[in-house]
Amino acid sequence: MNLRRDVFQAIADPTRRAILMLVATQSLTAGAIASNFDTARPTVSKHLQILTECELLNQAQNGREVYYEINAKKMKEVADFIEPFRNMWDDRFNKLEAIMKNYKSEK
Amino acid sequence: MERKTKINAEEGRQDLLITREFDLPLELLFKAYAEPDIVEQWMGTKVLKLENKQHGGWQFETNDAQGNVTFRANGVIHEFVPNRKITRTFEMENAPFDVQLEFLEFERLTENTSKLNIHTIYRSVALRDQMLKLPFAQGINMAHNRLQEIVNKLK
Repeated sequence: MNLRRDVFQAIADPTRRAILMLVATQSLTAGAIASNFDTARPTVSKHLQILTECELLNQAQNGREVYYEINAKKMKEVADFIEPFRNMWDDRFNKLEAIMKNYKSEK
Repeated sequence: MERKTKINAEEGRQDLLITREFDLPLELLFKAYAEPDIVEQWMGTKVLKLENKQHGGWQFETNDAQGNVTFRANGVIHEFVPNRKITRTFEMENAPFDVQLEFLEFERLTENTSKLNIHTIYRSVALRDQMLKLPFAQGINMAHNRLQEIVNKLK
């Protein structure tokens, strides 16, 4: 199995990217993650399964609850992360430009 | 859509250059960084504090749909020269990343176009690479926005 390709496939999906962003600062249970999405719980579970299989997420048992946390080590292995970084800034700046163009025409 | 933002991150260096040309007059580009209510719109984050002056502080916060804080960052403004330059520090709260130093330079290209250069300096090469490879950590303040977009599409 080509793991590296799978990692990129895993992060190509917007819902999975949103999940990774959610757990980037704190580990969360599947239920807590699912509550952020207006989609069927099994669909979210499937996304979590894919992210876990690609080792982007780790599962940690805490009492009766299973928490999902980001696997920073695996993320480091993903070499070409400059592109998502650039896309993030590009999206942000496109938004800035659109807002300020409206601002200009309102004046 | 054409990607207009350029990132220059040379290997083995602890800094990073982001450049972007805008279809906006210089004054409007700068205003987007100076006015809290406008910053909130394009950054997709709440502006708790934005003191645009030397030794001023800033603090941004993002919440999820349940009102939990998903991202909070703060820093100090070292230089604030309208339509020219902002020098500031940036630190994510509750994250294992050291503070970074940012030089934002605003340039007039023509009457209706302008350019922004952001020069960011990290504590180490490793830390810079970590931040680059973890765009989710950097983009966490976008999380709420993106989530909202996704949720809207699903509805």
